[in-house]
Amino acid sequence: MNMQTTSRLTAAETALVEAFAAQIGEFPGNGAVIGTRDRLLDDLKKGGLPTRRIESWHYTDLKSLLRQVPDVTPVAAVDPITALVDGSKIFSVVQGIADPKASADGIEVAVYKNKLTDGSAVADLAALGNDDAIGRINGSFVRDGFALTIPANIELEQPLELQVLHAGGQIHTRFPVSFGAASKATIIERHRAVTEGAALVSSISDIRLDDDAEVTWIIVQQQGAADTHLGQIRVKLGRKAKLRLFVVNAGGKLVRQELRIDVEGEGAELTLRGVNLLGGESHTDVTLMLGHNVPHTNSTETIRNVVFDRANGVFQGMIRVAPDAQKTDAKMACNTLLLSDDGGFSVKPELEIFADDVICGHGATVADIDSNHLFYLMARGVPENKARAMLVNAFVAEIVEEFEDEKLVEALESVISSWLERHA
Amino acid sequence: MLEIKNLHARIAEDGTEIIRGLNLTVKAGEIAAIMGPNGSGKSTLSYILSGREDYEVTEGDILYNGESILELDPAERASRGIFLAFQYPVEIPGVATMQFLKVAMNEQRKARGEAELTTPDFIRRVKEAAEKLKIDQAMLRRPLNVGFSGGEKKRAEILQMALLEPQLCVLDETDSGLDIDALKIVADGVNALKSPDRAVIVITHYQRLLDYIVPDSVHVLYKGQIIRSGDKSLALELEENGYADIIGEAA
Repeated sequence: MNMQTTSRLTAAETALVEAFAAQIGEFPGNGAVIGTRDRLLDDLKKGGLPTRRIESWHYTDLKSLLRQVPDVTPVAAVDPITALVDGSKIFSVVQGIADPKASADGIEVAVYKNKLTDGSAVADLAALGNDDAIGRINGSFVRDGFALTIPANIELEQPLELQVLHAGGQIHTRFPVSFGAASKATIIERHRAVTEGAALVSSISDIRLDDDAEVTWIIVQQQGAADTHLGQIRVKLGRKAKLRLFVVNAGGKLVRQELRIDVEGEGAELTLRGVNLLGGESHTDVTLMLGHNVPHTNSTETIRNVVFDRANGVFQGMIRVAPDAQKTDAKMACNTLLLSDDGGFSVKPELEIFADDVICGHGATVADIDSNHLFYLMARGVPENKARAMLVNAFVAEIVEEFEDEKLVEALESVISSWLERHA
Repeated sequence: MLEIKNLHARIAEDGTEIIRGLNLTVKAGEIAAIMGPNGSGKSTLSYILSGREDYEVTEGDILYNGESILELDPAERASRGIFLAFQYPVEIPGVATMQFLKVAMNEQRKARGEAELTTPDFIRRVKEAAEKLKIDQAMLRRPLNVGFSGGEKKRAEILQMALLEPQLCVLDETDSGLDIDALKIVADGVNALKSPDRAVIVITHYQRLLDYIVPDSVHVLYKGQIIRSGDKSLALELEENGYADIIGEAA
């Protein structure tokens, strides 16, 4: 990839550079961390934000889509909110600052700021290649977050909720979480705006599942209508590890959610489910980069999108099967309910298969509401608008209902139905 | 209760005329059977009665309790008491059967200005009706019609009919795909709803169903018209001789 070094900076790029300069001396970090921040910002400045000419950003030209960057300071104060799932242990990051008192029995907790200050975070900060704009932005600006370690053989009864709240401004967080061998846990990563003020949020979760760990990780993105959300999850799966990754996008004006997953242990299993609820003039991009790197691993990916208004959505699903990763079984599907003539959704499946004994498939559909379904409901007396709402809800509820935990299903259904009530 | 007058209707998309001057009157308390060979317009008639948009009425009228229903959408017709038991009930993944039943019952009640059912009252009604039709509770926990066998789907239709208590029931080939035991259960369900202020239209290919749901009148539909009407003996005559004679007479 060729970086353009001579082009003038856009308003957003200039604002980022200036925001960085204004915070020099305030960013937590030892010498090594500060040095890494400087290099990452320098790369960002030289390379600029990615444009459509960069393959992995082809459908989300960040340079032209990111018009402005809000001031660093928030517009209002924020208090933590109740957990999405009743009984969860909350780890709150309010306005970019992690709660130093957050803790849960049986797990090791460190606030990320301390890991920056003592330099132990420095290795995490590197970007994953030249097209990793999120890695660059986050690595330059990150201030806080939580580092969690769930020890081997521990089974957490209640979910942990990483609650990232903001009231505008710039929020840059990190969540390295490692799950010990044969541990079991559910993590809810929740990003939410509590006011209308515009925000720029970048957040990276760096998660590692050791052998036989079983983890459900749920990302619920409910940013405000003016917000930019740049999310990234980096995953490494050990032997026979099982990860169920569920992503709900129900907010934001400009959203990019990258899922960079490496399946590195034999017998490991990934279940990815995504629900994208798109309305207004928003742009939402979910980009999967999945590597099946060893033999005998499975994955299924199902993405459901609902598009209203003038919203635009993107799903890029790249699955790479390494040369010796025989017996890989991967199935990817992306289904879109397009409810507006002015909306759009782009799907780009990419299978790069270097092994010869694998099962890999993908499929994509785009449709309006099924008229047979609508007629059936109406013929039972359900008025048209209500029948439509039921069918849209059903389209996404189907994958939510795969969860066995009823409280979780209810919580996710309420996120979805409250969004639909506001948009349908 | 129902008066169809010189009805002409066509498929909206391509203009193909299916119903060509159909006349039919069904009184309250009556069970009317409509029989006819494939392609005569039987299912189309059921869709037009329930207001499906894919068909256009070009001439004539449908009066229900003395008022034209042509301008009403399917939901409005349903809440006024018209019920269609589908030949092929659709599977709707993601819509829970119980939720659907509750919404349908309450929306109809709301449209009629009645109070919504309380949850315990609703559950009691469903339980009672389901038991009579030998519908398993496990079936009600599944998404609407999803994974139901042919017979289960037909029973689920009759369950909905029992719960919604319509005035005019249209059964579109409810016997198709049913074995004899399921047929009896479904017929019992329909007979249980028989009342002086309810009318039933049974659309069928075969006499078989009419052994269990005994009609007061039988009408032969051919090329979009009723070409002959009679009492239940007409159905037996058709069973014996087929449609050819009657079609020949009419031609």
